Amino acid sequence: MSWGLLFDSTRCIGCGACSAGCKEQNALPDKIEAKTTAYTWTVVEQRGGANVRRLCMHCLTPTCVSVCPVGAMKKTKAGPVDYDPDLCIGCRYCIMACPFNVPKYQWDRLLPVVGKCVMCAPRVAAGKPTACATVCPTGATTFGDRDALIREARERIAREPGRYVDRVYGVEEAGGTSVLMLAGTSFAELGLPENLPREPLPMLTWQVLSHLPDVIAVAAVGLFGIHWITERRTEVRAAEGGDGPVEPPAPTHRGRSGS
Amino acid sequence: MSTVVATPRRRGLPGFWTVIFGLIFALFLYVTFVRFSQGLGASTNLSDAFPWGLWIGFDILCGVGLAAGAFTIMATVHLFNIRRFEPIVRPTVLTGYLGYLFVVIGLMFDLGQPWRIWHAIVFWNPHSVMFEVAWCVMLYTSVLTLEFIPLVLERFRFDRLRRILHNVNTPLVVLGVLLSTLHQSSLGSLYLIVPSKLYPLWYSPMLPVLFYVSAIGAGLGMIIVESWLSGRAFGRELEMDLLEPLGRAMVVMLGIFGVLRVQSLLREGALGLAFQPDYEGRMFLAEFGLGVLLPIALLVWPRIRKSQTGLVAGGTLAVLGFILHRLNVSVTGLERASGTHYVPSWMEVTVSVGLVAMGFAAFALAVRYLPVFPPHAAEPAHQPPGGWSGAPGA
Repeated sequence: MSWGLLFDSTRCIGCGACSAGCKEQNALPDKIEAKTTAYTWTVVEQRGGANVRRLCMHCLTPTCVSVCPVGAMKKTKAGPVDYDPDLCIGCRYCIMACPFNVPKYQWDRLLPVVGKCVMCAPRVAAGKPTACATVCPTGATTFGDRDALIREARERIAREPGRYVDRVYGVEEAGGTSVLMLAGTSFAELGLPENLPREPLPMLTWQVLSHLPDVIAVAAVGLFGIHWITERRTEVRAAEGGDGPVEPPAPTHRGRSGS
Repeated sequence: MSTVVATPRRRGLPGFWTVIFGLIFALFLYVTFVRFSQGLGASTNLSDAFPWGLWIGFDILCGVGLAAGAFTIMATVHLFNIRRFEPIVRPTVLTGYLGYLFVVIGLMFDLGQPWRIWHAIVFWNPHSVMFEVAWCVMLYTSVLTLEFIPLVLERFRFDRLRRILHNVNTPLVVLGVLLSTLHQSSLGSLYLIVPSKLYPLWYSPMLPVLFYVSAIGAGLGMIIVESWLSGRAFGRELEMDLLEPLGRAMVVMLGIFGVLRVQSLLREGALGLAFQPDYEGRMFLAEFGLGVLLPIALLVWPRIRKSQTGLVAGGTLAVLGFILHRLNVSVTGLERASGTHYVPSWMEVTVSVGLVAMGFAAFALAVRYLPVFPPHAAEPAHQPPGGWSGAPGA
């Protein structure tokens, strides 16, 4: 079972209960900022006449999890992308790489850590819904099994085609996300990226990284081989009474300038 | 005997550079204090929209790239067995070693939790390019240490130890080339994962190859520049018979880089963007025109290449073009998507300039006290046989 959230922008009244509930659940400073920061993990923004929540999308194959050199970001089985501040070295690659610009940094601290929505990981692991879904008065944010939420979202579109754009954001974007969104206007207008590939982004680097062991092995043999050959040539030349091992002329130059 | 290297150190204005360096160093100390007492927010112009700035773009990406001369020359001399480049091995390895040391120092400034830098050794994530870069830089810095140490051992006549190191020289060089190949290219791979953020003039699936090729080119350029600088500082003659063929190799690498760059732009359909009269277009033209085309155009002419001024100008342009390319990938190309315009704070600039200045100072110290350059008397020995003119086949 993989849990998710469905956010229906057309049902959101922008009351901000989700932000307040999130703050309380995650013991964050009370002040709710206008944009998400390391201290405010979710906000409701007004965009194109609609209310839209900003929160971590909890990708199925998350970019942040893939880029983190020390594995501080983890995709849990239950669905949330969790963050362990005790492992973080502060390289900020997750902030740089996240396609949804979710992770934020405590720039004001001397030893900062990243702040981002963790989908109430401890609650969800225990089978309880997230704080934001619990406190939402209009059912704009609902918690449930991801597949069931996708079915629910499609049913809503089928029931009221005039109300929705015919698309569930998060089914395929960047390989799919645990957080799904419905909207009455285009998702681009709501500030969600529209230029994301359908394959998970970590594939782009894994394609390269996964070949490295092969490259190392072949290159190691090749380099030792080159050394062996060039050394042998020098020895042969020395034995033939050439000018010794110090100055190997012409033939070897081809190798260098050709590389 | 081998420490005859120290030469008339100060000619002309003795105090000028000392004063400049002192000033930079004082500022650097102040900024270091601010950075490590108040954090990144107080010392940098970084933000959630722009989390990587000058320290990543210059100190790390350029620092590592410009130190690529070390593995290139080690491979040339010890694997390809082209022994006549032997005299520039030591200064080049020294440059590379100092380069990596200062990259690590720069990293300590940039990391939010610098004291946890060892986490990368203990907590693994093999899916992360950054993890691979961290390991390679760590291991290669160790390799460079072992390649540098013989200078110290020679100076203090620890001959037994020196012989042991000498015996593992070949595996060490192979390891160095492998590690360099991996992380030089991986610095480009870091940006593979942001196709939606990096401007198409700089995003390319070829980034790892482009970073690798450009590092070798810039590493060669750096050898030329460094030889010229140390020539001026220590009153040494430029070894034109060695540097001129390096200039050729550099032109070849710049050529390969240029072709790959244009190819990938064509494939991505982004070449047209180069001629847009906007910020990115201008930055691209500056980078490619001044840093790739111009040095090639200069150095293909034997007359220019064989003149000191011409060669040094070409090398300098290539190095500057390389720096511009890396800053464009890491800064310029990400600005549009971030919705902000990032200009480094004066403190960020101070740290970068300070690290370069300390690099120069450390180089000068090493030259004074260690046998970095071959003794003058021995110099003619490598000149008469061969020489660059012996290899016109290239």
